[in-house]
Amino acid sequence: MKKSKIIMMLGAFLLLSLFVFPLWNITLEAPQYPEPLGMDIWINKIADHNPNDIKNINLMNHYVGMKEIPIHMPEFDIFPIVIGAMSLLGIIIGFIGKKGLYITWFVVMSILGSAGMYDFYAWEYEYGHNLNPKAAIKFMDKNGDPLAYQPPLIGNKTILNFKAKSWPMAGAYLMFIGMGLSVVAFIVDKKEDNS
Amino acid sequence: MKLTKYLFAAALAGAALSFTSCDSSKKESKGALGGNLAERSFVAPGEHDEFYAFVSGGFSGQLSVYGLPSGRLFKVIPVFSVDGEKAYGFNEETKAMLNTSYGFVPWGDSHHPDISQTDGVLDGRWVFINENNTPRIARISLETFETVEIIEIPNTAGNHSSAYVTDNTEYVIAGTRFSVPVPQRDMPINEYKGNFKGALSFLKVDPESGEMDLSFQIMMPGFDYDKAHPGRGKSHGWFFYTTYNTEEAHTLLEVNASQNDKDFIAAINWKKIEEYVANGGGKMMPAKYAHNIYSDETHTATSTMKTEVLTVEPKDVPGAIYFLPTPKSPHGCDVDPSGEYIVGSGKLSANVTVHSFTKMLDAIENEKFAGEAYGIPILNFEDVLAGTVVQPGLGPLHTEFDGKGNAYTTFFISSEVVKWKLGTWEVIDRKPTYYSVGHLMIPGGNSRKPFGKYLVAMNKITKDRYLPTGPEVTQSAQLYDITGDKMELLLDFPTVGEPHYAAGIPADLVAPNSKKYFKLEDNKHPYATLNEKDVKVVRDGNTVHVYMTMIRSHFAPDNIEGIQEGDKVYFHVTNLEQDYDVPHGISMIGANTSELLIMPGQTETFVWNANNQGVWPFYCTDFCSALHQEMQGYVRVSPKGSDVPLKWSLDDE
Repeated sequence: MKKSKIIMMLGAFLLLSLFVFPLWNITLEAPQYPEPLGMDIWINKIADHNPNDIKNINLMNHYVGMKEIPIHMPEFDIFPIVIGAMSLLGIIIGFIGKKGLYITWFVVMSILGSAGMYDFYAWEYEYGHNLNPKAAIKFMDKNGDPLAYQPPLIGNKTILNFKAKSWPMAGAYLMFIGMGLSVVAFIVDKKEDNS
Repeated sequence: MKLTKYLFAAALAGAALSFTSCDSSKKESKGALGGNLAERSFVAPGEHDEFYAFVSGGFSGQLSVYGLPSGRLFKVIPVFSVDGEKAYGFNEETKAMLNTSYGFVPWGDSHHPDISQTDGVLDGRWVFINENNTPRIARISLETFETVEIIEIPNTAGNHSSAYVTDNTEYVIAGTRFSVPVPQRDMPINEYKGNFKGALSFLKVDPESGEMDLSFQIMMPGFDYDKAHPGRGKSHGWFFYTTYNTEEAHTLLEVNASQNDKDFIAAINWKKIEEYVANGGGKMMPAKYAHNIYSDETHTATSTMKTEVLTVEPKDVPGAIYFLPTPKSPHGCDVDPSGEYIVGSGKLSANVTVHSFTKMLDAIENEKFAGEAYGIPILNFEDVLAGTVVQPGLGPLHTEFDGKGNAYTTFFISSEVVKWKLGTWEVIDRKPTYYSVGHLMIPGGNSRKPFGKYLVAMNKITKDRYLPTGPEVTQSAQLYDITGDKMELLLDFPTVGEPHYAAGIPADLVAPNSKKYFKLEDNKHPYATLNEKDVKVVRDGNTVHVYMTMIRSHFAPDNIEGIQEGDKVYFHVTNLEQDYDVPHGISMIGANTSELLIMPGQTETFVWNANNQGVWPFYCTDFCSALHQEMQGYVRVSPKGSDVPLKWSLDDE
């Protein structure tokens, strides 16, 4: 079998690691939390990083009127199907072995990934801005608008006494590698054609 | 003329004395600064201590937890006395812990803590501690740092030679200081001699759960059994008890019990007696004693009254018990880490007597007996003597070991700690204590493996050592560095109650197991409310049960109506938090009891009598959060027979 085909199939296969590892993590650090609070975002759930972290994040957040972190979102039903389908499709494409299909798969994955990121951002925005008007603690920003508590999409951000850190986890890295491998497969295939 | 001379000489002597004392105190403070002694007991903010010290509260009935070398106090664990802060003995859950055959006893006299061991090495699972007045032994969990079990000791009065554990925590022991008629009966006091008994009790410890069970009591002659120590290593399987009042005096003991030149150390082969009992030996006798167990699942204690105890007469187990003559009303009874040396401190003596376990076995084998007392063979003093530490000080009390061949003995009368060498019996160093030291403690210093870095001396008297606080002043502990040839006093710190004895252990054997909170899903309290949605108020005649929850920063429910004058209201309150260090408290105006201080995941109950009509507030007593001050609620009490319906709500929902 051609090397490029194996690389393509491996890349597509790597997507399945999202069923084994979390995609993203948001951690909240504060002086009185020497063990920070964290939540791991999977393609099908949001889970405690340490036991009861989400319960304790919700407890903190209710003072400023934030909603509870959802246990279930429609995305959790859709994402596993999309990832499963794309992985299967990628393996089939690898089997067919056409380099044009490799790069097409990569582009589709990039679009879907961007859509996912946008969805995540939209949820974060809603979560950080849509506050209960009866909240016990209300802060204003410099312009006199209600302070928002939206965690960063990626990176670190200080929100009141907390430092919020938002970074990809193993699942996301393995997915990126998998996508990268489809490009590698495209290049390798090209070289194989030339020789 | 002559008189003037004498006066002048006396004045000079006085000046010399005051000069010397002034000089020595100066030297001491200089030494502390010059030698960086302060630095060596300093634990920087945020840093952890190297050792835990569990210090008995003596007549406070409690056990306090300190860090070493800083001497910082972390917690006072209520054991034998009620504690309003923690609701111990006040809430409905823990009242049973203080139940005895005499009913509820709110106070105790805690004495000797000892940490559980495996292979003669501290294992950091439990602390056992005895109560002297109403004879009991308690077990404290080193996961929750709470008292989880208390067992009463029958046929005993003044449970002083207690609560020491054998090499593998097979047994924890109790022993009577005051001999009494067994069974108790009306008889003339002056017929004490020959009629009173001294019960020595062996309590089996379950190796998994730690639960104690009174296996058997040895009915010894009517002496006073003062202190005890298990054999270690080679002498594992034996227990040694010091005795005084072998005169069997019943009055003016300070004179009449100090007549014999030598009293005894009783050596007891408990393995032999264990075997005898296992083969059906011993006699069951009626006895009433309470056994109280606290469960971390129901967060509740249960008390069971036991009705009989197995007793063993020494004469029925020949070859199991011997007396080792020991001078001058010996008090401390301590065995070195190898198990070879048994140190008996004759408290009215200027010497410390050390017996040899090997020599003792040899004398027993060759049946070299000097006589007998109540059928128990007495060995010859010279045959068992290993050596004598000659004139190290006055009033020797207790000895611990550093694991490097040295022993350290406290001297009550001469207020000092003396370091001496095992085997050569030579005195190496002595340091004053301030003042009148009782026990001393080296972490692991009574086990096979001492951690010989620090020594803590526990003083009964402090006089001028601290700022005065009226007639009653603090007792104290003093920390010495014992890593060098000479001991160095590093720190002097006040204690809770009387620091009777202590047990120390490296922090890393305990800290990782310390529980952070109780899991809600494991809460099996019969009145627990595990979800805010399930709160309710239930009337049963004149009794009302409130199923309440607490979480930052509100109670649910926080408005209760329909309570009537004369009702007895039980507040069963569950802390729904599942995070470290987020307790909530609750108390209510007019409550004839203490607050509750409820750990995350725990349920506790207090009773409130609705004696008066009105609207009565309750509130959180532990500053729990930014909105702690808002954590409050009201109970409306209506006249008896009122038609106000029973109703409860949070946010009017």
